Amino acid sequence: MIPAAFDYEVADSPAHAISLLAEHGEDAKLLAGGHSLLPMMKVRLAQPAVLVDIARVTELSGIRLDGDEVVIGATTRHAEVVGSSLLRAEVPILAYAAAQVGDPQIRHRGTIGGSLAHADPSADLPMTLLALGGAVEITGPSGARVVGVDDFFVGPFESALAPDELLTAVRVPRGGSVRWGYQKFVRRANDWAIVGVAVYDGRVALASMGGTPLRASATEQALRSGASIEEAAALAADGTSPGYDLHADADYRAHLARVLTRRALEGKTG
Amino acid sequence: MSILGTRVLRTEDPGFLSRGAIYTEDVQDERLVGACYLHFVRSTVAHAKISGIDTSAAREAEGVIAVYTGSDLAAAGLAPAKPPMPNMNQAMLAPLLAIDVVRFVGEPVAVVVTEEMYQGEDAIELVDVDYDPLPAVVDMNDALSGAKGLLFPEAGTNVVCTFGDAAASNPDLFAGCEVVVSEIIQNRRVAAAPMESRSAAASWGEDGRLTAWIPNQGAQGTKGAIMGLLGLEPEKVRIITPDVGGAFGAKFGADAEHAITCWIAGDLARPTRWSETRMENLLVMPHGRAQQHKITIGGMKDGTVLAYRIEILQDSGAYPKFGAFLPSLTILMTPGPYRIPRAESWSTSVVTNTTPVGAYRGAGRPEAAAAIDRAMDLFADAAGVDPAEVRRKNLLPKFTEPHTTAFGAKYDSGDYVTALEKALDAADYPGLLAEQTRRRAAGDTLQLGIGLSSYVEITGPGGEAGGPNENGTVEVHPDGTATVLTGTSPHGQGHQTVWAMLVSEELGIPIEKITVKWGDTDLIPKGGGTGGSRSLQLGGAAVQQASRELLDVARERAAATLEAAPADLEYDVETSTFSVKGDPDVSVPLTSLAESERLFVRSVFTAPGPTFPFGTHVAVVEVDTDTGKVFFRRIITVDDAGTIMNPLLAEGQRHGGIAQGAAQAFLEEVVYDEDGNPLTATFADYPFLSATEVPSFELVDMETPTSYNPLGAKGIGEAGSIGATPAVQNAVIDAVSHLGVTHIDMPTSSQRVWRAIRAASSSAANGTKEA
Amino acid sequence: MEIKLTVNGVTRSDEVEPRLLLIHYLRESLNLRAANIGCDTTSCGACTVLLDGESVKSCTVLAVQANGRSVTTAEGLVADDGTMSVVQQAFRENHGLQCGFCTPGMVMASTSLLAENPHPSEQQVREGLEGNFCRCTGYHNIVRSVLAAAEKLSGAAPSAGSASTDASEVTA
Repeated sequence: MIPAAFDYEVADSPAHAISLLAEHGEDAKLLAGGHSLLPMMKVRLAQPAVLVDIARVTELSGIRLDGDEVVIGATTRHAEVVGSSLLRAEVPILAYAAAQVGDPQIRHRGTIGGSLAHADPSADLPMTLLALGGAVEITGPSGARVVGVDDFFVGPFESALAPDELLTAVRVPRGGSVRWGYQKFVRRANDWAIVGVAVYDGRVALASMGGTPLRASATEQALRSGASIEEAAALAADGTSPGYDLHADADYRAHLARVLTRRALEGKTG
Repeated sequence: MSILGTRVLRTEDPGFLSRGAIYTEDVQDERLVGACYLHFVRSTVAHAKISGIDTSAAREAEGVIAVYTGSDLAAAGLAPAKPPMPNMNQAMLAPLLAIDVVRFVGEPVAVVVTEEMYQGEDAIELVDVDYDPLPAVVDMNDALSGAKGLLFPEAGTNVVCTFGDAAASNPDLFAGCEVVVSEIIQNRRVAAAPMESRSAAASWGEDGRLTAWIPNQGAQGTKGAIMGLLGLEPEKVRIITPDVGGAFGAKFGADAEHAITCWIAGDLARPTRWSETRMENLLVMPHGRAQQHKITIGGMKDGTVLAYRIEILQDSGAYPKFGAFLPSLTILMTPGPYRIPRAESWSTSVVTNTTPVGAYRGAGRPEAAAAIDRAMDLFADAAGVDPAEVRRKNLLPKFTEPHTTAFGAKYDSGDYVTALEKALDAADYPGLLAEQTRRRAAGDTLQLGIGLSSYVEITGPGGEAGGPNENGTVEVHPDGTATVLTGTSPHGQGHQTVWAMLVSEELGIPIEKITVKWGDTDLIPKGGGTGGSRSLQLGGAAVQQASRELLDVARERAAATLEAAPADLEYDVETSTFSVKGDPDVSVPLTSLAESERLFVRSVFTAPGPTFPFGTHVAVVEVDTDTGKVFFRRIITVDDAGTIMNPLLAEGQRHGGIAQGAAQAFLEEVVYDEDGNPLTATFADYPFLSATEVPSFELVDMETPTSYNPLGAKGIGEAGSIGATPAVQNAVIDAVSHLGVTHIDMPTSSQRVWRAIRAASSSAANGTKEA
Repeated sequence: MEIKLTVNGVTRSDEVEPRLLLIHYLRESLNLRAANIGCDTTSCGACTVLLDGESVKSCTVLAVQANGRSVTTAEGLVADDGTMSVVQQAFRENHGLQCGFCTPGMVMASTSLLAENPHPSEQQVREGLEGNFCRCTGYHNIVRSVLAAAEKLSGAAPSAGSASTDASEVTA
């Protein structure tokens, strides 16, 4: 219930955050909304010696247009993403996905950067970013880089972010009229997805079907070859490795992936 | 104008809303200044020998005052607790802290005392316990067979106790039945999970007395438990019950941690405080239900039931507690509201390497109702008769004189058929059936299910000699206020408001001027607490009786004051004044009769027996037949608990019970893996019902008074949880029965529903019908 | 670390350890005990308070994160003369509480919900409160309370048409 003791630093700029991370090495973790990290610290699954708070770095927050992309600052709260008229117009799937995260209180605190960096294979935003084919802007001691989403999620709770790097922004394509669909199957509201599906144009992303959010490649391929939605959706679980837990066995997850992919391809949310 | 039966707003609420109620964790008292904090080290394995406990590092940690293990407590003379009832296997002892053996994940093994709260969680991580794992007996069937070993080798068995007599079973019970159906069904383990976890605060005075603040369901029962666990004499113990954040049966008496908090305060001569985390609460607070039933029901093709048998296996958890006793209540209510010519039941309670099981809203009766109503639907399905018709045919007809069942339950009054018809009518049962038919014909993905439950349950039972009773004291003060002392112990039910209403009705004193007190054993040494839905019919009746007797005392004083005969006086409730009949100017106010001598009466109300509320629930669900997901759409209930004192509060009790009952049917369950590791030990994993899973509830009113108390009231607190579970479970199965499904165990999770649909369709494809 | 923040309109300045949870700061340091701790997984919402006007679970906010911010608790919704807020009144009038443990958090979450969505449907109220658990009421009267409060609030001051952060308005 109570985290182990730690030291606390407040960063006043991205550069300051980077230098603090460099100073404290692997003992330090970044803190934005804290709603992925603090719950883990409270049950002592994570025990960083230093927290570097970046929530007050104004450069890291905000939503803006940049050509044919929308750029969202890493510390932008989920509630802001949900309420953004810009995103609702240009990237409605992202506004919708952010509204599925947790509950209103969690959405007032949690950030998009934090959620992506946490890299939970069952979470809403990693799956959605994968469907969008977006990218992540990262800054570190050796400068800035952009990592496409297909290379960003490396393993369960493991991203391409190095321990001394800072995720600064998320880039997603504009597409107000692009077909999209979203399905999140839960036992009870507020849960993580037993299986999740996000469809954006021809890209189909799955949550809880493996160690990272996954593309339903066989489905995408079938669609490209002119298969019907039903035929394509039947392949949604191919190449995935769903686990089993108290909510669902692997075969049930595979079944759900197929059913939910069909619904998402039909443009349904639920 | 009577205040009874009106929707009086609760007097508790302004305080609860503006500064919050004062729960044990909130209590600030001079006796607790300088309190130290307790944190427990708990077993991480389900069954193991303890080969060593190293507390040295913990003792060195910052702020640590002391560390105690089971051996320390034993050396100090604290004996293990015996099972609570004499017919339970007395070799199954429960030490306060485990000594040689741990028997469930979460069992307390050591306790660390620190100066500050935050230091405790740091310190418990430093206690090193060596476990030699033993085979874990997790499934109650394995416990019964003994195949995986014994929890208590000294007991020679895993059986705690039995009720009924399997050997007396009639092998020809189902002779003459055209239709016989049998099924093994689970009434799955759930967590009580009140929003307030367990806590305690304790302080020993210089007078050598213990004062302890403990959230409970009856300070007097908690005092008895603490006395027993610590070997203390009654005059040494004072229990104070602060506001309690829900209990649902799981806060009766005292647990090891409460007792240890009290004992350490004495040992260190320093006040102590303890609060558990939610994870500890889900691991250790007694769980509910956990029964397995083999039900067999038989009758004629026209829907008449002739015979019913239920064989009960009760999982008691690792140490026998009240849970082991619950099947006796299940057996008592075997036939429910039905007229069944031949019925039998018996039970066996076993221990397993899981959390001990205790009472949980309904405590043994929901299990009986869930079984008989599942049986009714199985029978209806097999006989090809509509489930409503089967109930109509087999419900006991209306009775106003007590009716005693073959199981010894004396139902006081009942009108079960009317309850059924009212519920079906309010639900528009034919309309629902028509919609279901339409969707089936159309092959809709989202199918409709309608589930029924007709129930009767026992409330206000008394283990006391002389019948169920409760005491109440009413005192009128010269300043026009009144004080009520009650032996009940509310934890959300609103006794403060309703007992004041009862007194106000008799005496005319406005409820804002009436203070109700409970839960302090120095002030109220005797009381039965709150549980089994007893409070209004016994405690409320006692308060009413005390008010009436107070008026008798006051009348005598008024007569003396007015120099008139008592019979010539009349009492005007509106003005709270006695006056001479026909001469209203010759009068004396009630309050002035308290001036020279205290005006109070303590009265004990004794009922002839427990009462039996009843009702019918109609649940409507939708099932997504592609995914198995259940959507709980509507529930229409009749819960007849006799005369209602405050409809606003009675509705609230029904709502809460319905939600918990429904939750067990389709959502909540405690899960262990095969090694006894709990998988649902946090609110993130335990599927605790949230606002989005339930609809608003449709309540239909019906009042069939009881003659057992002047209020005409039966207990209502548990009724909702008894009717809703089978109604919702039956509804889910009904939604997919056209696909060949005849049974799905609760909770009807989406995966269970999906598997049932697949199994039914594959056996249909194979040409076989699944039982 | 020293923190300076406003709590229920009063400026506070305190020395706290970094790991002190905001809920404990409010309860133990400031004696504001209406908000309660009901779980350890950020699930139940009994600890909900307003941080800069928005509902947050104070068990998952560090006191140091509230530095320079303003916090409102249930106690802070009560006027100096003891008059409760419209939302609190509505809970009383509609029997939206029984044991009271979830109630301060439920009230704060509802207050925030109505600030963001002044005219919620029943479904939106239920979804808006999915982060607040109650064991006693079955949620029925809580929903009634919030809808009643919404009606009262919008009757008193017509909605300025604030943008709702409700996802149900986003459709595929």
